[in-house]
Amino acid sequence: MKMLNRITAVTYKECIELMRDRVTFGMVVMLPLVQLLLFGYAINTTVRDIPVAIVDQASTAFSHLLIDSVSATQVVNFTESYFTPEEAMQAITDGKVRAALIIPSDVTNRYAKKLVAASQQGETPQFEYSLNRPIGQWIVDGSDTTIASTIKQLRNMPMINLTDYPKNQTAATFEVVQFYNPEQRSAVNIVPGIVGIILTMTMIMFTSISIVREQEKGNLELLITTPIRSIELMIGKIIPYIFVGLVQMGIIIGAGHLFFNVPINGSLWQLLLVTLLFIAASLVLGLILSTIAKTQMQAMQLTFFLMLPSILLSGFMFPYEGMPVAAQWIAEVLPATHFMRLIRGVVLRDANVMGMMNDSLWLLGFTILGLIVASIRFKKSLD
Amino acid sequence: MSEYAIQAKGLTRKFGDFTAVDNLNINVPRGKIYGFLGPNGCGKSTSIRLLTGLLTPTQGSVNVLDLDLPKQVEALRLRIGYMTQKFSLYEQLSIEENLRFIAQVFGLDRHAQRKRIEELLSVYELDKRRKQRAGSLSGGQKQRLALAAATLHKPELLFLDEPTSAVDPQNRREFWERLFDICDTGSTILVSTHYMDEAERCHSLAILEAGCLRADGTPQQLMQDMGAKVVEVGGEGLRQLKEVLTQLDSVISVAQQGVHLRVLIKDLITEPIAWLRAQVPEQMNTRDIKLVRPSLEDVFVNCTGEGRQ
Ligand SMILES: Nc1ncnc2c1ncn2[C@@H]1O[C@H](COP(=O)(O)OP(=O)(O)OP(=O)(O)O)[C@@H](O)[C@H]1O
Ligand SMILES: [Mg+2]
Repeated sequence: MKMLNRITAVTYKECIELMRDRVTFGMVVMLPLVQLLLFGYAINTTVRDIPVAIVDQASTAFSHLLIDSVSATQVVNFTESYFTPEEAMQAITDGKVRAALIIPSDVTNRYAKKLVAASQQGETPQFEYSLNRPIGQWIVDGSDTTIASTIKQLRNMPMINLTDYPKNQTAATFEVVQFYNPEQRSAVNIVPGIVGIILTMTMIMFTSISIVREQEKGNLELLITTPIRSIELMIGKIIPYIFVGLVQMGIIIGAGHLFFNVPINGSLWQLLLVTLLFIAASLVLGLILSTIAKTQMQAMQLTFFLMLPSILLSGFMFPYEGMPVAAQWIAEVLPATHFMRLIRGVVLRDANVMGMMNDSLWLLGFTILGLIVASIRFKKSLD
Repeated sequence: MSEYAIQAKGLTRKFGDFTAVDNLNINVPRGKIYGFLGPNGCGKSTSIRLLTGLLTPTQGSVNVLDLDLPKQVEALRLRIGYMTQKFSLYEQLSIEENLRFIAQVFGLDRHAQRKRIEELLSVYELDKRRKQRAGSLSGGQKQRLALAAATLHKPELLFLDEPTSAVDPQNRREFWERLFDICDTGSTILVSTHYMDEAERCHSLAILEAGCLRADGTPQQLMQDMGAKVVEVGGEGLRQLKEVLTQLDSVISVAQQGVHLRVLIKDLITEPIAWLRAQVPEQMNTRDIKLVRPSLEDVFVNCTGEGRQ
């Protein structure tokens, strides 16, 4: 009972401090909102309007038609025009364009042969190379892999619009049906992920800073000589931030639904549950950091040390499956990785905590273990 | 129950190679005001932290209110109050909120809380400012608030670390009136200071320097047993005379005080006035020289002086 009173006293005091600190209080609301709008609009993995150059060595009616139909895909935007491939290469080097399309002088001829090849396909499987040469060449600045692979997709661009002839593509080997994000909008995947990023940042930073601040300002010297225990102090201090975290999650998912049309397919209870799990894990992480950091500045630095891998390795930006095994191991340790899976599962696929047992248990285990570590490390003395 | 509130034997604390408190032996009697007097960096705060259980001693034993530290430190928490040298309440909270927080932490029930807080607000003349944030209070107001917080749970033993460093002389008097009131209720107070006039008000005191105990006892006793004689020298050209006197072996210190030089002379000189005249006859003949009662400052200067950075 006395213990409960002491925890409430700390929580109440912490709430007042939080509310009177205008900047921090503003951060609680503005940070998720601004980041949501920024990331939601800015991060787009489907690339469009890549600036490219054209080297049209044919300059025939057909080549013009070809250029128009490439433009029509909206993948590229022809911003420059050169006479030789060398000039185009220089433009790529200079960063004026990302790629260049070179149309050889015999393009009409090549295309005609291609059509013949296509019509013979059924009867003669091994047709000559000369009959099936590509009709043009892309030279690409391959350093950005996303842009390179986007342009690679143009390799098999259908050419139905070019002539009256049927599509010169072979039939697809597989059919693909896309669930959960049929229009392939990046925001659908990004928005639930932002919850993970924002919570990682605010939860870890706020708790570690708020505890280190007491140390720095000398409040702790007084508190230590009172009957309050370290575990009571820690619990009392993190309770307000649980609500802060839930509010932030609500803002992001709600605004994401409103502005980016992100569906909320799962139940709100499941959403609450996975968020609470992650908040607990992050708060505990903040507590551990606060036992390492001596100043608020150090607490910030340690938070950023954890932030970057949480953004880059958690699957927020790049798929987990694409990472090398070593990176996957690191990712597995981070609570953010497990939360990314959980919240995307709940929000987008109507998954539940039981169905994604591994990730839920991991967060739970992390919290318990972390709390033990933090309370051992948090000594109630000045030594 | 021991007659002493605090007993420390061979108390030593090191920070790395540096010895901040060196083999301190002190006994603080119950119900008295006990002072720690010493220059900056002499280890006053460190000693108080050792006695409150905030720091663990490197060596030595501490017994506070019949409890052995650091073993029984938790039991001690409810019985002591500590006012830190640096203001350590919450600047974002108002006076009232700060006091309520402390009251809750010490487990006072709602009714007792309200009563005690009202009482403290009026004793320390803070009731008109109860809604003001602690961060915006003046130095003296902060000090009163801190004392109110430290005494909220009526501790048997109160530690005050330089409580009046930001307080004007008038308020310092009032502050000390409050301390004697608290002392009157049977509480023991340990107060650190570097002001002589404050030290003189203590029932007894310890003079610390460079982590060591240089002298202890009541102020009167310390002045009597100083082991040095004090003379005042008047006249012209005191700056030059000071240079000359400082060179003499039996002169402990020379300090100018307005139109006088205050000279501390070792006790083995039985006739200090005659001796002084004999040392530098050409300068001393016409001056008036008189023997005066030693002050606490003289005691302090006499027993410190090796110094520390
Ligand atoms: N945590 C610490 N680590 C290292 N050295 C310390 C530590 N705390 C105190 N010291 C050193 O111990 C010595 C005594 O410090 P202390 O704070 O006790 O002095 P003080 O008598 O209270 O001085 P002041 O009158 O300036 O408050 C100082 O030289 C200080 O540098
Ligand atoms: Mg000090």
